[in-house]
Amino acid sequence: VCIHRVRSCSTIRVIKSKYVCVFDKSALNFSHQQRLFRTSPVSCGQIVQFKLSDIGEGITEVTVKEWYIKEGDSVSQFDSICEVQSDKASVTITSRYDGVIRKLHYSIDDIAFVGKPLVDIEIDPSKGVSPEEDVVETPPMSHEEHTHQEIKGHKTLATPAVRRLAMENNIKLSEVVGTGKDNRILKEDILNYLAKQTGAILPPSPKAEIVPPPRKTEAVPAAPKDRARRVPVPVSRPIAFSGKDRTEPVTGFQKAMVKTMSAALKIPHFGYSDEIDLTQLVQLREELKPVAEIRGVKLSFMPFFIKAASLGLLQYPILNASLDENCQNVTYKASHNIGVAMDTEQGLIVPNVKNVQVCSVFDIAVELNRLQSLGSAGQLGTSDLTGGTFTLSNIGTIGGTYAKPVILPPEVAIGALGKIQVLPRFNGRGEVFKAQIMNVSWSADHRVIDGATMARFSNLWKSYLENPASMLLDLK
Amino acid sequence: MVLQSFKNCLWLSCVLRTPKACFWSTAGGGLIIQSVSNDVYQNLAVEDWIHDHMDLEKQQILFLWRNSPAVVIGRHQNPWQECNLRLLRQKNIKLARRRSGGGTVYHDLGNVNLTFFTTRKKYERMGNLKLVVKALKALRPQLDVHVTDRYDILLNKQYKISGTAAKLGRTSAYHHCTLLCNADKFVLSSVLKSPYKGLKSNATPSVPASVKNLFEEDASLTSEIILDAIAKEYAVQHQIDHHITLINPADETLLPGISNKTKELQTWEWVYGKTPKFSVSTCLNMAYKDSVLDVKVNMDVKHGRIEACNIDLPEQWLPPGLYNELVKSLIGSKFCPNEITMLVTTLLKVCPQDDELHSRWSLLCENMIRLM
Repeated sequence: VCIHRVRSCSTIRVIKSKYVCVFDKSALNFSHQQRLFRTSPVSCGQIVQFKLSDIGEGITEVTVKEWYIKEGDSVSQFDSICEVQSDKASVTITSRYDGVIRKLHYSIDDIAFVGKPLVDIEIDPSKGVSPEEDVVETPPMSHEEHTHQEIKGHKTLATPAVRRLAMENNIKLSEVVGTGKDNRILKEDILNYLAKQTGAILPPSPKAEIVPPPRKTEAVPAAPKDRARRVPVPVSRPIAFSGKDRTEPVTGFQKAMVKTMSAALKIPHFGYSDEIDLTQLVQLREELKPVAEIRGVKLSFMPFFIKAASLGLLQYPILNASLDENCQNVTYKASHNIGVAMDTEQGLIVPNVKNVQVCSVFDIAVELNRLQSLGSAGQLGTSDLTGGTFTLSNIGTIGGTYAKPVILPPEVAIGALGKIQVLPRFNGRGEVFKAQIMNVSWSADHRVIDGATMARFSNLWKSYLENPASMLLDLK
Repeated sequence: MVLQSFKNCLWLSCVLRTPKACFWSTAGGGLIIQSVSNDVYQNLAVEDWIHDHMDLEKQQILFLWRNSPAVVIGRHQNPWQECNLRLLRQKNIKLARRRSGGGTVYHDLGNVNLTFFTTRKKYERMGNLKLVVKALKALRPQLDVHVTDRYDILLNKQYKISGTAAKLGRTSAYHHCTLLCNADKFVLSSVLKSPYKGLKSNATPSVPASVKNLFEEDASLTSEIILDAIAKEYAVQHQIDHHITLINPADETLLPGISNKTKELQTWEWVYGKTPKFSVSTCLNMAYKDSVLDVKVNMDVKHGRIEACNIDLPEQWLPPGLYNELVKSLIGSKFCPNEITMLVTTLLKVCPQDDELHSRWSLLCENMIRLM
């Protein structure tokens, strides 16, 4: 098993003594070493006890607060090893050596002593310890990518020398792909980035041939004509893509979404789309916006869409219903709790406006303002997020025209609103005019709702919005 | 006092590119800078940046900064233990975790922050604090201020007006402290009182103290006057010109990489995720119908996420399938009210449509969320 290292060690005699040395020194770690021998390439390096250096101010003990590495990790000089705390001072202890961590002498919250060993590092025998040089990483020993939890908040992305190199060349470290452990940026990464920027490497093209530098014997017999034409061609090096896949567990809210969406897809959806001419509504809103502002409320189009939907639901209550699990009973909900899909940092949330059937357009606007500010602050309560009976998703604020929204159980219908576009349309007299057009895409549960019902609801909703005055007649 | 725009200074480029040679040949070797920003994350990022990038061998740095309302916890502290997170969210007060150790402080514009940057070898907190005391006494000789051996500054031997913390790296170090000039003591005491019960952790605890503002002692003192006095004293001790260079923490060309540092300080993973492992062991008193239920809850939280969870509900109060679903979803989730709210409301969508069940679920979840 030690034969691995024969190539890198100069003589067999050297190996032998190192091999022996490892066993001698680490009598205590023998079982530890045995385990490592089985799972990792063998190094016959020297084990050095890295002692906790002086903190200053006469401090003799500190508390170990966080380890940045674990046994078996490889470290480079200047890598952070751990964080210790002493009397309001937090100290980052960095490694003095390149090598592999073989033993941690303390656990979290233990008291560590200045001058006593902190970690044991096995120094890679092929490297010297040179404090000035940039170091090349030894390949990582850990098999799985446990990186996501441990490295969050880890300060070290590059050694100070690498940072200096980046800064001197005006390179943003965030633009460089790191190929070191934990995506750390190495000197080579900076050099590769630089080379790409200056065009020293030609992208491989179908016609290009990799021209090896002409050997001396070949160049001699060449005619003068050829020599003039022979322009030095840079050797095309394949650009190595060193990005790594990243796997994260699905937790929390995402897990819940998986469950909900899986349930949603069990609902047989059918879609129905239409185009709404909002020209009149746009004008109306322009008139009402300042009135609402005086009352301290921001008026968007949504309150109108929501109220029109509620008026429609009064005529077609099946769209505001819920089908039970066994599809035995349909419950017609009395309240129109209309959900409004919102995009936040955490993802999609759907708070709902309660009892729209008894709210005025202004009431709805007030409530929407409240939900929106709570939503962006991440402070929506459970009552805001539960009890919805019908949903509208204004995806048009981000973009898009037609959509295929997914029904949120236990509801049976949902509408997605595209963006408002100014488009040419024909009026009654056959003239072209500028129209404010928005597309709506409905999805409904085909087990309880049929196409005709959806179409009629949509037409009614559309008529209210295209001719806002008609809403006045039916307003409750 | 001369305020000079940073861009006119060549010193920054020289210090970065040729760390060994220094363009600036002042005998004293010191620099005073003041942030134009009141954003706690931006200012903490400046500290990080100077700590990581600047060579402090030839010159030390004094950094002056103030923040709009924020609570700043120490590197190894537990925000749930230290402050009233609910109140912070309501009042829109920011929460930040700094990289230095020590306890929790409340910042607002009536509090000034001083950071003394030196090489690791020259790290010495007592000297810095004595400089502050000297400056205050020079300003108002009748002020009774002194430094304690816990590195606090006390007013009238009773009231704490300054707290200290420090960060040591491989080659550089900084010591920063607060100074209460005219902060809102009412908000301070209400946000620094944690309502969360049953928390057990090894996080660094804060030591509460009675505080007083310098303004209360002498109404002619303002933050600006005090900052200036300290800058003056620093200049004298470092034998440099008494001028303060303004620095904009949003300037990426001046401080390359600063926006990443600022962003990192704002991530949930840093602010909450760096909390040392802790457990919550408490009892929910839920008023349901005509009775009050005592529900014991035990949770382990690591890296800010729920690692284990046990809720002692009366049998069949919730259908067992649903209870298991809840516990399963909680594990791995952030210990965060918003995340859990979204989680439980989403889960509710796939529950049977039973009003009784819904109200029990909402009651339990709301009580659970109050723990966060």
